Formats: sequence, C-alpha cells, structure tokens
Amino acid sequence: MSKKAEMQYENAVSMGLSEEEWLSVCSHLGRIPNLCELGIFSAMWSEHCSYKSSKKWLKTLPTEGECVIQGPGENAGVIDIGDGLAVVFKIESHNHPSFIEPHQGAATGVGGILRDVFTMGARPIALLNALRFGQIDHKKTSHLISGVTSGIGSYGNCIGIPTVGGEVEFDSSYNGNILVNAMAVGLAHNDRIFYSAASGAGNPVIYVGAKTGRDGIHGATMASAEFNDEAELKRPTVQVGDPFKGKLLMEACLELMAADAVIAIQDMGAAGLTSSSVEMAAKGGLGMEIDLDLVPVRETNMTAYEIMLSESQERMLMVVNPNQAEIAQQIFNKWDLDFMPIGKVTETDRLVLLKEGKIACDIPVAPLVDNAPEYDRPHLSSEIQIAANINDIVQKIPITEALKILVGSEDLCSRRWVYEQYDSQVMADTIVGPGGDAALVRVYGTKKAIALTTDCTTRYVEADPFSGGKQAVAEAYRNIIAVGATPLAITNNLNFGNPEKPEIMAQLVESVAGIKDACIQLSTPVVSGNVSLYNETEGRAIKPCPVIGMVGVMDDWEKSGTIALPSDNDIVIIGQNEKNNSGWLSNSTYAKFISKKLGGAPPPVDLNSELKAGKFILDCYHNDLINAAHDISDGGMLVALTEMMLAGNNGAEIIHPKEADPHCWFFGENQSSYIIATTKLKEIIKRSENANIPFSYLGRSSSTQELKISNGDIISLKELQNIYETGLTKQLLQFS
Amino acid sequence: MRIAIIVFPGSNCDRDMMVAVESLTGRRPALIWHKQNNLDPIDLAIIPGGFSFGDYLRCGALAAHSPIMNALHDHAARGGAILGVCNGFQILTESGMLPGFLGRNQELKFICKQITLSVNGATNCALTGSLDHKQTLQIPIAHNEGNFFADAETLNRIESNGQVVLRYKSDKYATSSNPNGSLNNIAAICSLNGKILGMMPHPERAMGKGHESADGRKLLHSIFEAIKT
Repeated sequence: MSKKAEMQYENAVSMGLSEEEWLSVCSHLGRIPNLCELGIFSAMWSEHCSYKSSKKWLKTLPTEGECVIQGPGENAGVIDIGDGLAVVFKIESHNHPSFIEPHQGAATGVGGILRDVFTMGARPIALLNALRFGQIDHKKTSHLISGVTSGIGSYGNCIGIPTVGGEVEFDSSYNGNILVNAMAVGLAHNDRIFYSAASGAGNPVIYVGAKTGRDGIHGATMASAEFNDEAELKRPTVQVGDPFKGKLLMEACLELMAADAVIAIQDMGAAGLTSSSVEMAAKGGLGMEIDLDLVPVRETNMTAYEIMLSESQERMLMVVNPNQAEIAQQIFNKWDLDFMPIGKVTETDRLVLLKEGKIACDIPVAPLVDNAPEYDRPHLSSEIQIAANINDIVQKIPITEALKILVGSEDLCSRRWVYEQYDSQVMADTIVGPGGDAALVRVYGTKKAIALTTDCTTRYVEADPFSGGKQAVAEAYRNIIAVGATPLAITNNLNFGNPEKPEIMAQLVESVAGIKDACIQLSTPVVSGNVSLYNETEGRAIKPCPVIGMVGVMDDWEKSGTIALPSDNDIVIIGQNEKNNSGWLSNSTYAKFISKKLGGAPPPVDLNSELKAGKFILDCYHNDLINAAHDISDGGMLVALTEMMLAGNNGAEIIHPKEADPHCWFFGENQSSYIIATTKLKEIIKRSENANIPFSYLGRSSSTQELKISNGDIISLKELQNIYETGLTKQLLQFS
Repeated sequence: MRIAIIVFPGSNCDRDMMVAVESLTGRRPALIWHKQNNLDPIDLAIIPGGFSFGDYLRCGALAAHSPIMNALHDHAARGGAILGVCNGFQILTESGMLPGFLGRNQELKFICKQITLSVNGATNCALTGSLDHKQTLQIPIAHNEGNFFADAETLNRIESNGQVVLRYKSDKYATSSNPNGSLNNIAAICSLNGKILGMMPHPERAMGKGHESADGRKLLHSIFEAIKT
C-alpha cells in the first residue's frame, strides 16, 4: 500500500470500516477515496445506516397486510385507518447519546423521530417511549433517569406533541448502556403521503431548517460501536436539540406540503446531509450535485467532511417543484427558517459535491446503498431453559405481604414521577394517557381513536429469545385490546449487544423469529423499525430488548375502555382458570423480588389462545359487556387488580383459590388473560362457554377502600396506594 | 361575539383553544399571526399556551415585543377583555398587562397533572362572575414556569384589590396542595379593571367528554357570558 493509501486505511478503520469493506470502497471507486468520500462510505455502511448485521433477518418479517400503505424502507411506516385517513409511525433508538448526555441525547431522539413522521406528510399526534436504566440504586441511575425524562419532556412539551405512554425498566445489565427508544405517531390523508425518492433531473435541491454546525459529526458511527469507560469523553459527538426550531420546521413543512410544492423530502437524521442526499438520489435512481459553499453553516471554515457528516438537528432536504419554488420560499420566510437551494437532481447517478469551486467528492450513488455490506453472522442457538421448580419459588408469606413487595418494587410501582414531567394532554385529544394499558388518542375531527403501546419483557427474552419475541408482540396486542381497540400493525426497535458474538446474534435471530410468528398469527405486520446493536460496555452486553410499538384503532372513542375499576361490578378472569392454568411463576416478577430467584423458562405464549382471548374481549366490548379491563402481565393477576382498584378508587372482595397454590394463582404471569369488570356476568359466562375461552370468577368490587381475600387477608387501598406511588422516588432519591 | 386567538411562533395550544371556543360559541375564532400590526375590533383576545419563541431568554419575554402586542395594548386600554392561558399568562406579565412574575416551578421540573382549584370569593374579575365561589374546579396544569411571584407590596395590593381569581387547592398524589411554589397558592389573577385574566391551568383541556373534567368548559362559559354585548 502506498503511504497515502496506508494513511487513508487507518482513517477508514477509525471510522469503523473493516479491511474487507475498505477494499470494497476502493474497488467501487477505482481509486483511493479522499477523506470526505471515506466519511460518506463509512457512515452509509455503518451498522446504524446499513443494517448490515440484521438485514438478512429483518427481511423475514411480515410487512404486508390489508392496512399497510407503506412498509419498512421509508422514513416511517404508513397504515390505513379508514375514512381516507392514514397513521404514520416509527420507533427509533437514541441509546448511546443518551448515556453520554442524557438530556440532549433523549431530546434529540424525540426530535429525530418526529421529523421522520412529519417528513411523510403527517401531523404528529402522539409520542411514546421505551426506557431501560441500570439498577435503581446504581450511582448513575438517578442522574440518567432525571436527564432522560427532562430531555424527552423538553422536546415533546415544547413542540406540542403529547407524550402519552411508554415503559421504564431497571436492570443492572443497563448500568453502562441505557436504552432510550422514542416512538412518534402522526396522522395524514392516505392520498397525501410524501416520499423520499428524488425525481426530475434539473429540479432544485433545497436545504431548509437550522444551520449546520460541528455537532454530532459521525454520530452514526459512534452509535455503531461498543462503549468503554471513556464513553463520556465522546460528549462532543452528541447533537444538541432545539425543539422551538423543530416546531417551526414542522409547521413550515406541513404548510409547504399542503401547497403541493414538494416532490421529495427527507429529514437529515443519522449521517445528516450524507444519508439524506444519498437516499433521495438512490431511491429515485438518479444523481445529485450539491455546492457545499451554499449550505447554511453556523461555524466558519467547515470542511466538506464536516458539513457532510454533521448531525446538527432540525434540518431537511427536499426536491421542490421549480414552479412552486417562490411559494416555498415565502412559507419558510414566514417561519424565519433558512431556505437555500444548494444543488440539483442530475441524471448521472453520482453524488458530486463542490467546495470552493473544486470537486470535493464524486462517487457513484448505488454502491452506497445497494452494495452496502450484508453479513450472515454466525449464531449459536440459545440454551433451552426449563421452568424453575415451583417449590423453590413460592415463599410462605401472606398474600398481602407479597402484594406489597411487588407493587412497591421498581419494576411495578407507579411511573407518575416520570410521566408527570411530560405534557400528555396538549392537542386536547388524549383520552387515556400514561398509567393505563394502551394510550388512546382521538383522531381530530372524527369519532375514531388510535390506541398505542410499547412493550418488551427483557427477562423473558433473555431466558428464551424466541418465546420472548412472541411475548413482546402478544403483550402489546393485549394492551391494545384491553382499551377496546383493534390491533393493526407494529414498529420495532431491536436493541442488542455485539452481533459479532454468536450468542448475541442468536438472541437477535431467535427473537426476530418470535416476532415474525406473532405478527403473522395476530395479523399485525411490521411497517417500520430500527436496530441498535453494540449495546455493550466493557464487553458486557445488555439484556436483549426487542421493543414492540403497536398501533390499533377504534371507530368510536366514546366506547373506549379504562382500567379504573367501578364499584358494584363482578370481577372475572378471561383466559385462565384453576384447571387450565394454576399460575406460572418461573422467571416472574414474583420470582425476582420475593424468591430472589432469577432465570428459568418464561411463561409459554400460545398465539392461538392469545388471538381467541383478544377477539373475545373485543366482542364483549362491542356488546357493551365490559365496564373496565386490564391485561395480566408482570406481577400477575393480583397486581393487575390492584392497579385497577387504585385507578378506580374502589375496593374488591375476591375468592381464595381452592385448587391452585394461591401464590401461583395470584402472581403467576400466564399469558393471554385479562381481568374485566362487568355487570352482565351471565352474558359473559354464556359467551365464554360458547367461545370455549377459559373463564374464572374472581370476586366483586365495592366502594369499600380495601382488598379482601376470602381466606381473611385484608389490606387497605390507602396502604397499597402509598407503597405504589412512592416506590420509585423512595428508591431513586435515596442515592441521588 | 368576536374572539381572536393570538398565535406566536411556538404557540402550541392555539388549535386546542380554537376547538374549545368553537364548541361553546358555535363559531370558529380568528387566528391572528403575531407579525400582524393591527387587530379588528374584538370582544376577547385569547393568548394560548405553548412555548412562544421557545421560551428562550425568559418565558413570554420575546413574545411581549411582537408586532401584535401594540394592538393588544390598545385593546386593553379601551377596556377590552383578554384571557392568557399558561404561556399566555406569562406573556401578559412580561408585557406588563398583569402584575407579578412566573418563575420556575419549585421542584425545577415540568408538571402536567389534573389539579383542584378554588375560586376566590373576593375576586373583582369581571370575566368569571358567574362561577360558583363555593365550588372547586378540576382543571389540568402543564408548565415548567408557573411559580407566581410578586414583591410583598404588590402581593398585598393584588390580594386587597381582589385580583386573585383562582388558587391551587389540593392534589390527590402530592403532599403539598401547591404544585409549583406560587405565592399564596395563586393560579390565576386579573387586572385592576377585572378585564384581563391570566391563568396557569388549561381550561381547553377540561371540556368534558373524553377529558377528565368539564370544569374548563364552565370557566370559559363564564367568560363568554361576561363579554356578550
């Protein structure tokens, strides 16, 4: 290798390219790339942009269905919800930046996913998130959760999109690598969706939004590498968000789209101007020529490399109808945003960049996308776990004592401290906000509502990735059903460790297979998603976390469900009874917090039962038989009932099981089951018999402020509420 | 009844307020962009919630210097009615149309939750006269800077003039009845003539049917009754 080649090869390695990939770049170019070109290749071929380790497996997921307008591959997925309306949604991770700088990392995560949604022509109407932090008493956890929460709030609250739901988990495997996944959901007309494929050679390429600075340079590459103990030194690679600019950009883009001026549009997210220009050109099968001297910058002497790799926020690239350019300019002037023609679409299928009149980059577009590496990485099958012995798990303590430990535990206690920092009500269409099963948001101007949830039970996935993958979809499905909505489609965020390790790759491969099976059986195709790999610190991987974000729809929001238990109702379990299932405690929250025994097989997921139970609940909703409903998940039936009692401010008197072990029965984490409150018990029994759905009578609710079990155990709601509400702050603040 | 909603860059409750007004009056209010210099004759101007100019510098400080503000000052000088909600309240204090200042919440956190408010029986507010002073109101708050502050003399004057309209009363899940550290639990105040009302709670989020409460509707209704000409 020549001296120049050697030097450039070292740069390539430092940018994350392998030797093989370096050689491939050189052969595509027929020469040694310059620094800018190398930067562009390494960003486009990074794990973050190219999905090179996961693509083979992502292709196996079901992406088609009756409701699907646009599956994976665009900025976000699009589904039809009837009456000419479409829902646009996607989830995305911002894990590495959020660990380094929690407030800005989380804020820009929200900003980025919102841009993905409004780029498609949709007005965002809801935000959700899925968060994983280290052990609750770890020295960094208080700082990280405070920063992430305030960061998510700062962006969502300011831009005026309600944060309506999410999940928070604490586990030591996230001590050095937290997970921050943000999901955005928007509403559009199904014939007014905007895509990123450039068209029309000669059409102007316009840069809009904020100016380009030196922040976040090569962030996509950082997000594709493992962490070490110097991670915090990478703070300058974290972008800084400006939600106010984001709001202006959103309003200006939506106004522009309404004016029919946009031909193609792409947000500048990961890898900034590089990925946006390359993707627009590649999808259109065309080329692009950009004069980098015209790019609005906020710092002087920026090099071509820096301009192309900057991840400054709140920027968009678009191809505009030339006849409409003046109108477009006026709209951006109104919103005081930069609007700058920086180049044009060409027929050359090359990306040509000019800087100070000279060619700074001249590379073919297709290899950047089509010839990006794709790996079939070796994967070892995960070990099959057997169920932990029940006798080792069940502890001889009163039911009410066990209940107190569980509802006060960091896994199950109230997340109020977190979600009260989010504006969950702006837009005034939130019917069910955080704290219930799925969130419900009205579709403005109609009777419809959209149900939204994010779910993943990481300890199940760790023990059995295939079953855990299925379970994540099944739980999301139950959450949507429990509010009375019909599940439609999902987006997923696959968070794993280093895929070059066969045991990690196995987690990915097997959980994707589980997600695939569940999505097929439950008819919820995958329309968008994101993969975050290399979530490791000092060689230690996180617990695998394939988050499922699901969207459902209901036609009349006035018929929506609630978890709030009304008084004087019969309480019944749908989906299990003592005979068919006495309660699954292996790898349960009970095993974790009461027996302190981790591991063992997670509860089996029977997708057919899941589907049957779901259809049964919806059928009961449509016949007005349900006054409150809640799915049974972490902590089991009695924790679910407690959440219902606290939400409704009503007590209950319930039956102690006769055949099953009471701990298994009350705290087992059996799947495909729900608790419902009804005043039409006979009708429910009749229907469950006809449908052959397991059914069990649990007891009756009343305005008495206590939970009473027929063996004589009793506990006041006030005591439960106090434990439930203070669980988080007590444990967090102790160490702050 | 002619109602206009003033929209600043960063306002984000303008549509919500428009929907709320329309549902009560049957007429869609005008949305007025902040760069406009003049205002057609109106009965009520509403400054909605949001983050005008990103809340940069100080909440409401930049909006207080927008072109539309001259027209609003003229409207106020003619005895016109103005309602400012949340960021709107902050803009009214920053522009000197209402006394006091809204600082950061005591716990230095954004707070979004349903809150119980009591109506001050001694208020001189000309816009909320038909509200029952014995009843409490359930209306949500959502802000980072709602901590009402005024020097002792100003506070005394506000209290003795009956300019306090609403106070925070209780909160199911918190130990303190005061969510943000406001002096005298103040949640809403009015001008000396009783025609300019600033409040931190969001009435447009408590309109009944789908919302947790319908008390915001009650409050807006009382305002619209008062400005009927």
